[in-house]
This record gives sequence, structure tokens and C-alpha cells, in this order.
Amino acid sequence: MANLQEKIAGLFPSATFEQEGDGKLRIVIPHDKLHSLVKDLRDNHRFDYLITIVGMDWKTSLGCIYYLTSSVSSEVIAVKTSTDDRDKPMLPSIADLYRIAEFYEREVYDFFGIIFVGNPDMRRLFLNIDWKGFPLRKDYDANPELNPVSIEAERQSDFTDQWVRTESGEVKCNRRRVFAEDDFVVNIGPQHPATHGVLRFRTAVDGETIKKIDVYMGYIHRGVEKLCEDLAYMQTLHFMDRLDYFSAHNYHHGLCLCIEKAAGIEVPRRAQVIRVMMDELSRIASHCLFLGTFCMDLGATTMLFYTLRVREQILDIMERTCGARMTFNYDCLGGVMQDLDENFVSDVKELLAVIPKNVKEYNKIFTGNVIARGRMEGVGVLSHEDAVSYGITGPSGRASGWACDVRKTHPYAIYSELDFEQVVRNEGDSMARFKNRIDEILQSADILSQLVDNIPEGEFCAKVPKVLKLPQGSWFQLVEGCRGVFGVYIESDGSNKPYRMKFATPSMPAACVVDHITRGQKIADLITIGGSMDYIVPDMDR
Amino acid sequence: MGNEQITIDNFGSWTASLDAMLNGIMPSWCATLLECVLVGVGLLLVYAVLALFYILYERKICAWFQCRLGPNRVGPWGLFQAFADMFKMLIKEIIELKNIDRFLFALAPYLVIIASMLCFAVLPWGNGLQIINFNIGIFFLIACSSIGVLGILLAGWSSNNKFTLIGALRSGAQMVSYELSVGLSILTMVAFAGTMDVEEIVMAQKDHWFIFSAHVPAIIALVIYLIAGTAETNRGPFDLPEAESELTAGYHTEYSGIHFGYFYLAEYLNLFIVSGVAALMFFGGWMPFQISGFDGFNHLMGYIPSVVWFLIKAFAISFVIIWFKWTFPRLRIDQLLKLEWKYLLPINLFNLVLMVIIVMQGWYIGAN
Amino acid sequence: MEVKQITTKSMPYDAWKDNEYIEKLVQELRDSGTNVLVGSLDKLINWGRSNSLWPLTFATSCCGIEFVSLGAARFDMARFGWEVARSSPRQADFIMVAGTIVNRMAPVFRRLYDQLAEPKYVIACGSCAISGGPFRKSYHVAKGIEDIVPVDVFCPGCPPRPEAMIYSIMQLSRKVKVERFFGGVNRQQKRADFFAEHPGQEALYNPVLSDDADKR
Repeated sequence: MANLQEKIAGLFPSATFEQEGDGKLRIVIPHDKLHSLVKDLRDNHRFDYLITIVGMDWKTSLGCIYYLTSSVSSEVIAVKTSTDDRDKPMLPSIADLYRIAEFYEREVYDFFGIIFVGNPDMRRLFLNIDWKGFPLRKDYDANPELNPVSIEAERQSDFTDQWVRTESGEVKCNRRRVFAEDDFVVNIGPQHPATHGVLRFRTAVDGETIKKIDVYMGYIHRGVEKLCEDLAYMQTLHFMDRLDYFSAHNYHHGLCLCIEKAAGIEVPRRAQVIRVMMDELSRIASHCLFLGTFCMDLGATTMLFYTLRVREQILDIMERTCGARMTFNYDCLGGVMQDLDENFVSDVKELLAVIPKNVKEYNKIFTGNVIARGRMEGVGVLSHEDAVSYGITGPSGRASGWACDVRKTHPYAIYSELDFEQVVRNEGDSMARFKNRIDEILQSADILSQLVDNIPEGEFCAKVPKVLKLPQGSWFQLVEGCRGVFGVYIESDGSNKPYRMKFATPSMPAACVVDHITRGQKIADLITIGGSMDYIVPDMDR
Repeated sequence: MGNEQITIDNFGSWTASLDAMLNGIMPSWCATLLECVLVGVGLLLVYAVLALFYILYERKICAWFQCRLGPNRVGPWGLFQAFADMFKMLIKEIIELKNIDRFLFALAPYLVIIASMLCFAVLPWGNGLQIINFNIGIFFLIACSSIGVLGILLAGWSSNNKFTLIGALRSGAQMVSYELSVGLSILTMVAFAGTMDVEEIVMAQKDHWFIFSAHVPAIIALVIYLIAGTAETNRGPFDLPEAESELTAGYHTEYSGIHFGYFYLAEYLNLFIVSGVAALMFFGGWMPFQISGFDGFNHLMGYIPSVVWFLIKAFAISFVIIWFKWTFPRLRIDQLLKLEWKYLLPINLFNLVLMVIIVMQGWYIGAN
Repeated sequence: MEVKQITTKSMPYDAWKDNEYIEKLVQELRDSGTNVLVGSLDKLINWGRSNSLWPLTFATSCCGIEFVSLGAARFDMARFGWEVARSSPRQADFIMVAGTIVNRMAPVFRRLYDQLAEPKYVIACGSCAISGGPFRKSYHVAKGIEDIVPVDVFCPGCPPRPEAMIYSIMQLSRKVKVERFFGGVNRQQKRADFFAEHPGQEALYNPVLSDDADKR
């Protein structure tokens, strides 16, 4: 780390260095040097995976924090840049370095109004074209009359802006068409059975072949990050259930870890074990539902009913302990809400006994089926580089040969003591993504069987002050959700409410990559690919 | 053998006596008209009841596959569920759309339903229970069933909707291709039977159903026929034209009310027709199951009315087709066409030649 | 004609939670009175409608997953004949609004509602659809779908349990039973009330595609 700092300081004298709350290195760089710094980090130090871009409003200035990490090592680094111009803030784009940056920058533009010079597609991502104001700015006017709920069809544009810096140093805005003028564009979504919620793909097709897809998000954008800024830390937790409702436990775990890290709360070991067990249970439930809905998308409806059986069994286990079927709100600061149900151990053992049988059945019904193989093999191939560049994590990323499991790369809770394998495949097609999830069910079951007899006695929740104030600073935490890397960023100004909270979710890259890997495939493949990427729309929209 | 059982429920004699009676009490044109009306009403009734039965049949079977109960609240065991659906559909609003070809839009569902209704005319329901019997019955059946694709194409095109258009084009490509396989596999059996007359085909299977007497080529033809027939009726795994997860509801996305109901009914009726034709060509139509030598068994089988025999066979084959739908994932359009043109068609042609050789050499069971 | 107590099969009348509402509607029916023939036809039609409620496959968030569970073997809505989920709004009978409706989704949702064929019903399922729920304070969330479409049944919960969803659809089916095909007492009233509360929306009731949407 110190080594890197020296090198950077040598190359970029204008860079200054800070320590984040948990000791991460943060490089502060003027915005004119940002692109070359990030390029240097990517090319010479292998920081090739952009976790997220956190847009920030520091009241006097606007800026971004880029979280970078490597696909081979576990080092995380933050790069911070800012601009003082609040009327027309401009930052250089890094969309040419990371494919996913294009979408993250659009998100920042949407929320903060920061224009990224060099981004090929500077449109709003979540909000309507004619939305007034930039909601995550601190001076945003939240008057509902400015942006009323309207039932008139939203205004749309076929054009997009591209801001470029000319040779003379001026910034110019080019307008260009999203689709060619004679393209046959089909609207898939927002209300479409295959988009798993309200996601919209404007799809240019040539016969049955897809030429280009334009992703529209925001049909379930609920402004969670802004809502968090008005709530005490404890109150922000319940939103985690409603982002990716399948990895509710995992997301809770992530946010709790981040806050606990910041507040210096020690979590009892019993609580840690319970959390990990719940994470793995929800991973099994989530993958089961994935198998079902994915097969349903491909037309094999019956599979859904078989996989939901296991899911119902898991939901029963969770219900007995957490009291709810879906939005558990179980992990709390310092541990978990309540102790385990007395039958928990026997229930889990019962579940573990049926899982291998069920997985065998799924494979028999579907995986070996000749039609299923024809639909999945070689469809939507995502190469290793693209997976890293797009930030596709989780089982989908591991299907492209990228060992990106946070449980292994950045172990948290008690994962470092557990014996499990990352399921990695190299084909990168839909079949690999599908099989990865089946194998992960078995891995999670394995983790559970290691823990189920070894739940330590003791407290299930540490003492936490009623009013929790975090010291000034910022923290970043990664956990492995069911769909990939979930990152939580908290910036505190010392009060009992977060100054800024940012959730980096795995679903957003998964939806953004669809355009890239569906080109030249058939419409039916879009369904296969979309299904196998397994994105959750509220998770990407937040 | 078994002649006396066949006369037990010979509908032919009933209808003949009815015809004679009507002709006795009124002028012949009047009698003919009345007969036509009777047949028409009967046909419509059978059509509606069968469709409703099939809707429930599929829902119950799929529930059974999926470890569910299926409809069980409306009437005993949910028997009247389909009737409730029908009443609702009849009075549901038919939405008037702007910017469509109104005439074709309205015509399409009727084309589809007429096509399937025409096919009913030549199905041998029972002994003598056949609306029309003429020497090119099978040919007529194939011809009529291919009118349906016209309705689907029109529906998709006239709706002025991109999804329906894609659905209709898929459907067109699919049905035109699979028409070949259906036709060729039936032709194989016609080559064996030596006639296109439906009644003669049934009578020829008095002792041995074709599936037994023509053994290998008949089994090949049956498999191909079932695959192609499933594709013809747009059912899973070949339900691309209405692929729910891809094209919302495919070619009938824009149809509402009873117009949609017609498509819905026609889908099930086509399923019945495909199964009925399979029963006719391979499983002896309404002929009871006979094993030569077991006279007692044959007598017992002969007591079951011919209509019941035909329906049981048809329902059993439908069960298999419904089984396909709830088990297999959907094919992609290119895979679908590849399957037809690269595999089914060559096999079919080869099979036809094989059948001809078998017939020429007399290598079939029951050959003299 | 005598209108009996409105209930559904295998559910005694007293087990329902809010009979006052349905009794008010029944009273209205009794007061207006109809002749036997039309009354029986009405009965037949309502029997058909109430037993054949086909949902639109529509889900925005968490509640949608519970809706999937509702269709699965454990809760099996097929028992009631509701499993024919249609993807095309033209063929569906009711929308189960399972999830949050945000500003951007509101017009889309409204259009879906307009595309449904009469008779159409709406169930606001989950606290987000009812009031905005935990996201009520957000800048981009509709505070309940009541302002967007007329709602027939509210089904509280976050998300509601599948049992609650079954109950809510059964309530809807009960409501359908007191409707009139000939005369149209209740449903027309509901719409009139809605437009009285939301002036200016009649024009949108027959939606015209805006100029640049869907032109391509």
C-alpha cells in the first residue's frame, strides 16, 4: 500500500492521500488528472474492477469517489475528485476504461447533475427526461408539485447527448441518435413477463436478431439513498430487505457490518454464526427461485413449482426465527434481533437432507434436457475481461472464470474459518451461469452443515447505544449477496444520521451488460440471457 | 369376428332411419335442411363442450404435474370452472382499437375457429357417427387444418402491434414448415392403408391397429406426427407464436373478450383434432382394442361404445401432448426450423419409402 | 328478487371481516329491485365473473414474489380458478398491484389499467401500493395508487402473506357478486366517484398515445 502511494505521489504530484475510516487508501486528485490516474491504476497496478462510483455533494463542491479493486488481489482503493462549479459541474469520464462506468456516470449525472465529459451517452438513467432538479444534491427542492405523479405518458427522446472536449479545450455537446433512423425498435418492458419486474429494453431487431438494446431503468426507483439521509442509522436497515428481497439477510449483514465497523461495535460470535447461516439459507432460497423463474422464462413452467418447494421450506425456517416470510429485518446493529427458534437446528438438518435429492431432481428435469441445452449452451457468452470491465460479479461473474466471491477475497464475519469452494466455470455462457447457481446451492448447504452443529452459546446481540452517532469519516464494506458483490458506502458528518449512503448493487451491472452480450443473438436469447444474469429490478433501481 | 358388436352401436343405422323418417313426413329439401341444422347445432354443442372439457383437462393435468390441486371450488371438483370462464369471456368487453385493419382483425378469430370446426366434419367419432364421409377425407382434413395459419397471420398483422407481428411471422414459418411433416407422416399411413377414405381406414384396423400392423414405420410416423402435431397446434415446446415470456401473448395480444376466447378455444380444439387424427391413423379410430385369439377379451372390449373408444384414445394422446408442454422448455425459432428441415423431413421421406417397401413386400402383420 | 348473503364457497358468512361494506351494497341492490328474469341472468353472469378472475402478470417488487408463491403448490390459487395469469392486459380481469408504483411507472401503470377490458378490477397489494409504505417520503414514489386508478380492494402488508392475498381476491370475488351487468349500479358508481375526485382524468380515460411515444 505504501509502495503504491509512493509511486502515485511520484507520478502525480498534485495527488494527496487520506485514510478512510477502515484504513483504506484514498487518493484525492484534481479532476483534470483523474483520467490519467485511473488509467495508470488500471494498467500498471491491475485495479481493473470498478466497484462503484459514489456521487457526492459536499455542499460547497460536487464530486465523485471511485472504488477500485483488482480482479486478482483483494486490495480496495478509493479515488476522490471534485469540482467547485455547482451550476454546470463537469468531470472527466472514465467510460473508456471501464465499460460499466458509462452507466455509473449516468447515475451520478441523474442524481447530482455532474456532466461527464467523454461519456458517450449522457442521459438520465432513472428519472424522466423532464425531471426538475437533481434529487441527491443537498439543496434539492423536494416539493412534490415540481415533479408531480402524472399519468400522462412520459416524454421520450430518441437522442442522446455526448459531451466532448475539443482540441482547443472547450467542451462541446453533440447530439446523436440512440438508434439508427430505420431500425425496427421493439419495446420489451416495462410491463413484460420476462423482464422480472419493471425493466425496459428498447430493442432494435432485424427479423429475430437483436441489433442493439437500450436499457431504461428507474421504473421502480424509490430513492432509498436519499431516504436514508433523513433516518437514524438503525432505521436505515429495513430498506435492505426491499432492495434485493432475495438476499435480504446478506444486504442487512453488509450494512450492519459497515455501521458496526464505523461505530466499533463488537459482534458476539453467536450472532456472527447466525448471520452467516441466514445468509447461506437465503442464498439457497434465492438460487432456488432463480432456477424456477429461469426455467419458466425458457418455457418449462413446472420446474418453478419444484424449486419453490425448497424455498417454502427455507421460508418456514426463517419465519419461525424472524417472524416474516420475506422482509425479515433480522440482522440488527450488534447482532441479530432475536434468538434462534428452538427447532432451528432440526429444521435446518431436515432441509440439508432434502437438498441434494432436490438438486439431483432439478438436474434430471432440466439441465440434461436437450432443448434446455440448446437454449443455454453458447448463448450470451461473456468473456472474462468483459465480466471484469462490466463488474459482473456473483455466480454470473464466476461463470466467466472470474473468482470474485467476496467471501473468499474479502472475508467477513466467520467466512475465513469455513471450508467451502468458489464455483468457477470458464465457459461464460448461460449454461455456466445456470450450473454455477446449482452448484452454489450445494456449497451453501455444505457451509450450513459445517455450522449447524457448532452454533456457539452466548449472547445474540451486543449492547448498542440507543442513539448511535458515527464519528466523522467514511467507510466502505463489501459483502457477497446472492447475486454478487454488494457494497455499502457510508459517509458520516458526526451526527446520528448518515450524510450519504450509497449501495453498490450487483444487479445494475447485470442489466447493463445485457446490451453487450445479446448483440447478434435472437429475441428468445434475450430472455435466456436476462434470466441467467438474474437481476432484480428494485435492486438496480434502488 | 366381432361383427355383432359393431352393430350394437352402429350410429349409421340410426341416422339412416332418422333420415328415412324425416323424408317420410316432409319434402326432401326440407328434410335435408333440417338435418343440416341438426348436425350444425350438434357440432357446435360438441365443439363447445369439448373445448370446455379440454380447458379443465389441461388445468387439472398441469396441476397434477406441479403437485397442486387445480381448480376445485367451482362445482364439484371444479368441474364448472371452464363454464365460469366461458360466461365471463362471453360478456367481456371487446376492445375497439384504433389504427388497425378492422375487417381482418375481426375476421381472424373466425377463420381460426372455422378451420378447426371444418376438421371436425371428417373425424370418425363412432361407428357411423361421422358428419361427412367421402373418398378424400384425410386430404380434406389436412387442407382444412392449414386454414388456421391464415387466421393467425391475419390476427398478428392486423393488430398493428410489433409483438403480434413477430408472433404471427413466427407462427407462419412454423406452421408452414410443420405442415410438411404432418402431411408426410399421414401420407405414410395413407400409403399403408391404400385409401384416404376415413371409414375405410378405420375398418381396415378392425383386427390390428396400424401402429401394430405397420410396426416400425408406423411408430416412426407416430413420433414425427406427435412432434409436428404439437407444433401445428402451437403448443409447448413449440409455442413460440404466443411465447408468454417473450412476446407477452403473441399473435393474440390485442384480442379481448370472446375474440380472444375463440383463439383460446381453437387452441384446445386443435389439440383434440391432432389427437383425434392420431387416434384415427394409428390407433384404429373408434375400433375397440382387439387381440386375435382372446375372444372373451375381444367381446368385452366390443361392449364399450365406439364413441367412448374414440374419445379415450384422443384424450390419452392429448395427455401426452399436454405432458410435453408442461415438461419441456421452449425451442428457439432457428432450432425449431432446423429440427423440421434438417431432421424430421429427411426422416419422414425415408420413412415413406420404407413404408412403401413394406407394403410392396407384404412385411406387415395381417398381410395375406 | 331476493339477494342472499354474499359469500364464497367454503367460507361462512360470519368469517368475513368487513361485512358492513358488502351489506351496504346488497341493500342498494335490494332497494333498486329487479325482475326475476334479468336478476337470474345477472346472477349467472356474476357467477361466471366472480369465479373466473384472471390476473394480469404484473409485479414491480417484493409483493410480486409473494404473488409467485401464491401460484405455487403450497397456496395454489388455481383452486379458485385464478391461475390463468394473462400477460396481455386485454385478456386479464384484474391487476394485482404488487409493489411500489413510482412516478415514472405511474403513466405506464395507468395505461395498463386503461388497456384492461371491462369489467376490470384493481387490488392494491402491499403497503407501497396502498400509501407508499416505507418509501412514502421519497421524491419518486406515488403515495398510493388511489390517485392513479380506482381501487377495489386493499390488501395491507409488507408484503402481504399469500393467505392475505387469497383473502383479498376472495373479497374481490364477493364484490363482483353484488354487481349488476344490466343496470351497472356499483361499478359505474365507482368510476363516477373516481372522476369526481380527480377532475381532468376523463379525457385520459381513452388514452391517446402521445406524439413521440411508440411512434417508431
